[in-house]
Amino acid sequence: MTMKLRRVVESLQLSLRCGGDRLDQDITGGYAGDLLSDVIANGQAGNLWVTMQVHANIVAVAVLKDLAGIVIVQGRQPADETLKKASEENIPILVSPLPAFETVGRLYTLLEAGA
Amino acid sequence: MLGRFRADLHVHTCLSPCGDLEMSPRKITARVCDRSLDIIAICDHNSAENVPAVMKAAGGGRVVVLPGMEVCTNEEIHVLAIFENLDQAFAMQAMVYDHLPGENDPDAFGLQVVANEHDEVVAMQTRLLIGAVDLPVDRILAEIHRLGGLAIASHIDRGSYSVISQLGFIPETLKFDALELSSRMPDREARERFPSGASFVFVRNSDAHFLGDVGKNTSEYLLHEPTFAEIHKALRKEEGRMVMELS
Repeated sequence: MTMKLRRVVESLQLSLRCGGDRLDQDITGGYAGDLLSDVIANGQAGNLWVTMQVHANIVAVAVLKDLAGIVIVQGRQPADETLKKASEENIPILVSPLPAFETVGRLYTLLEAGA
Repeated sequence: MLGRFRADLHVHTCLSPCGDLEMSPRKITARVCDRSLDIIAICDHNSAENVPAVMKAAGGGRVVVLPGMEVCTNEEIHVLAIFENLDQAFAMQAMVYDHLPGENDPDAFGLQVVANEHDEVVAMQTRLLIGAVDLPVDRILAEIHRLGGLAIASHIDRGSYSVISQLGFIPETLKFDALELSSRMPDREARERFPSGASFVFVRNSDAHFLGDVGKNTSEYLLHEPTFAEIHKALRKEEGRMVMELS
């Protein structure tokens, strides 16, 4: 299942905080987790990562794992340092107003339907 | 002249909801004497309210009790905040309480007993001490250091509530004074397993929630005397003070 990031952003009404020039890349699936050690171990390249962590280390993990972007749930705001690093590394940061469960549910349904 | 002193800088009391009720000030003090410890730090979850009672219970004895607490940040990282005096610890506690939402449910999480030095119950703390403070780890470290305390990353060798489990690695911006190992893993192995922590000093503590565990894991320090100031120097490797490495 692949889908343009742009379509996910529009369908889930995510607010784009940076990395807007990467919206036309394909995402290969999703991964959800708040333990960055787990995402390092199990995240896959091209995944859209759903988390509630906002620390700047999320950008480093996204770069390390070649993730397609990061969706921060529950309307939590990324730290200034996180946005700064994400801009430097050109990692899309998106904010979902919904909690993790609903965000992941909608993302999963969308990716399945689009596949 | 420098001598060797044994310290366990991470001991809970009956104030922590997950701490055994047997973890009372007098019983902890007796246990510490049995174990021939020189220094302990009392670090309950998000609170220092039982520190005065343990200090009084240990008063006049040979063991030094340092005031502290184990703060849970909004990333759910546990950080030991250890201070020289009670005023600093209570200043830290005030900030923590201001940012700690929720109320404890003793049936779900356990009792939070505030005790006195005679092991009598003074009160039940009603805040949700098992919860997380709604501040990020860098703010917590800044406050600990502003107050003159030491910030030690708790049990980095565990899969939960550690800076490495939560953030994947230790970012360069986080200036911990030491990293805690809850196991007897040798320093060399720890540096290999946690490359982002390789430049830090490792200390070993028990993280005891039960009497039998107090002093089970410790580090030895080369100090002039068993004080906060000397521990501070040891963590910075100043004037010959140091934490003895485990090989």
